[in-house]
Amino acid sequence: MSNDQIITLAHGAGGEVMQQLIDKLFLKAFNDKPLRQKEDQARIPLAELHAKGDRLAFTTDSYVVSPLFFPGGDIGKLAVCGTLNDLAVGGAQPLYLSAGFIIEEGLSLTLLEEIVYSMAKTAKEQGVSIITGDTKVVERGMADKLFINTTGVGVIPQSIQLSAANARPGDKILVSGFIGDHGATVMLARDNLGLHSDLQSDCAALYPLINQLLLQHTHDIRCIRDVTRGGIGGVLSEIAQASNITIELDEVALPVRSQTRGICELLGLDPLFLANEGLAVFVVDHQHAETVLQLMQQHPLGQHAQIVGEVTAFSINHLHLKTRYGARRIVNVPYGLQLPRIC
Amino acid sequence: MKQAMNFRDPHRVNRLIKCIQAKAAPVAERLGRPLQIMEVCGGHTHAIVNTGLNQLLPSSIELIHGPGCPVCVLPTHAIDQAVALAEYSNHILVSFGDPLRVPGSQHSLLDAKAKGAQINTIYSPLDALKLAKSYPNKTIVFFAIGFDTTIPSTACTLQMALQQGISNFRVLCHHICLIPVLMTLLKQQEIQLDGFLGPGHVSMVIGVQAYKPIVQKYHKPLVIAGFEPVDILHALYKLVQQFSTQKYAVQNAYSHVVSATGNQPAQQAINEVFISGVDAKWRGLGLVPISGLSIRPQYRSLDATLLLEKKYCTKQESDPTYCKKVLTGSLKPQHCPWFGNKCTPHHPQSGLMVSSEGACAAFYSSSTKAKQG
Repeated sequence: MSNDQIITLAHGAGGEVMQQLIDKLFLKAFNDKPLRQKEDQARIPLAELHAKGDRLAFTTDSYVVSPLFFPGGDIGKLAVCGTLNDLAVGGAQPLYLSAGFIIEEGLSLTLLEEIVYSMAKTAKEQGVSIITGDTKVVERGMADKLFINTTGVGVIPQSIQLSAANARPGDKILVSGFIGDHGATVMLARDNLGLHSDLQSDCAALYPLINQLLLQHTHDIRCIRDVTRGGIGGVLSEIAQASNITIELDEVALPVRSQTRGICELLGLDPLFLANEGLAVFVVDHQHAETVLQLMQQHPLGQHAQIVGEVTAFSINHLHLKTRYGARRIVNVPYGLQLPRIC
Repeated sequence: MKQAMNFRDPHRVNRLIKCIQAKAAPVAERLGRPLQIMEVCGGHTHAIVNTGLNQLLPSSIELIHGPGCPVCVLPTHAIDQAVALAEYSNHILVSFGDPLRVPGSQHSLLDAKAKGAQINTIYSPLDALKLAKSYPNKTIVFFAIGFDTTIPSTACTLQMALQQGISNFRVLCHHICLIPVLMTLLKQQEIQLDGFLGPGHVSMVIGVQAYKPIVQKYHKPLVIAGFEPVDILHALYKLVQQFSTQKYAVQNAYSHVVSATGNQPAQQAINEVFISGVDAKWRGLGLVPISGLSIRPQYRSLDATLLLEKKYCTKQESDPTYCKKVLTGSLKPQHCPWFGNKCTPHHPQSGLMVSSEGACAAFYSSSTKAKQG
């Protein structure tokens, strides 16, 4: 396909042009047997799933990031990692993905190719197959360049029982790395701030780290959640609510890069509510927290992991922050988007 | 960041708190009540609540969150005007982020955006000018709000627009000045304030000398403070020292940024573009004499109010009476009957609950009772 081609409504109209797009781009890039068979559905042998565990994990997510490319990733990599992470934090081994594309007419075919191959590469690295998909093209102005939906299927081994409702007083809260990297990077990539930094999105698939930790600490890890849009603050508030406990964070222990902190201070944003795309929080039995932390720090995906807080009381669903001066304040989840302050 | 960290050093913070405690206790004993100090600026309120300094200060000092959050005091009719302009076809309203959620009489700018009005968030008025150049067939309206800190950038943008002949750019000016509101507060009988933590950013523009009439007329001390914990505590210490000696003056504890006469080119730009001393409506406080600005006749072609229908220019409004009491320091946010029930950050009744610099939103964030309620 030539470089100057663009996506037109014909690419989604079900005719020859659409077939060409499917054959020459999607089938070639994803190159999976069920996909190549071109049935209306992918068929997954049950026996193969059953051998891996006793529960199917099934999740879906849509990706609408702008810009499509940002330091550390692109919408394709994000669409694969995000859904795989949703499976992995439940203890599931991710196995299959679907990929649905909603494309605004006029999108460069070269860009689409780059994104699709980025998805294929990320899935392959994780040993996951993209086995079914869909393409729609909408008129200009009806979508912002490209939206991707991915649905993931995985299997949870019998021994693993993770839940946001499992946190108990005394448990420690661990994060696997720096908070807010993705949110800060994308804000800068939008290029209306006039700021520059060497920040990169943390966009990554976390299964390799989670699997290694769960293999050795199946029962010491009570809950894992990946940190996305609502930031670490959003995720921990959900855990506090689900377990009916209070979580107290230690401001000094929170891993925040100085660039991220600088951007937040300039705009009046709270890094606790900035997005990540390759970060997880773990609630761990306090007796094993240090061992889990050390193991995490030895893994490339958890080098900057820290113990950032603990579960402090029963029956109140709050998130607290102990400031560096020893004061305590409630951390309230913002109503919607964080809005930059005027001064 | 490294330099800022010096001003966040917990050891210095603890040492300053001890010094303040030692000086403030005898003063409070003499008065028979805690010292009431208003931090005027919303930036200070945010910093104090965020770091928890209010919890660490001795009981001999009570901090009152003041009216210095420009978003909190935006009157309803200002939002209504901005919404009306945003709803005009072929217009794009551009605004800083935090005014978007402030309720108008019908709806907020965010509501208007969801219903199809064109509203863009920007970080600098120069971005609005850039937008005007990119969309020559649309009218770009900049919603100019804020105290003396943000007025110079609006003034310079208007100067550039006129110089460059950008005819599709307009400014909806709701800028206000801080000194007149301090004077108005001090005139009120019911107010019981002992002194002020002066705003850092505003002072950077207007200078230390601008506050002298406050001390001369009302004999209340004012110390200008920066925004890091050490800055704030240093200023508080200087205030307490003044109470101790009972000699009141304007002092500058932010001298690495604020000068005696302020930023002269900024003041010149303001004078060139705006007429000062216009009465302005503040949400919660009503009409504050000589606190507003209007655009000078030579810049009138860029004044967005000329685009508005008459009904948007004369609208009367009534504010919740509680807001005035909170803004003047006579009612603590947590004692307001609406606090945490009828009025929350999710469903704000006024700007005080919208901005993280607002007295009510700041207190809500730090209060466990608020969330349970």
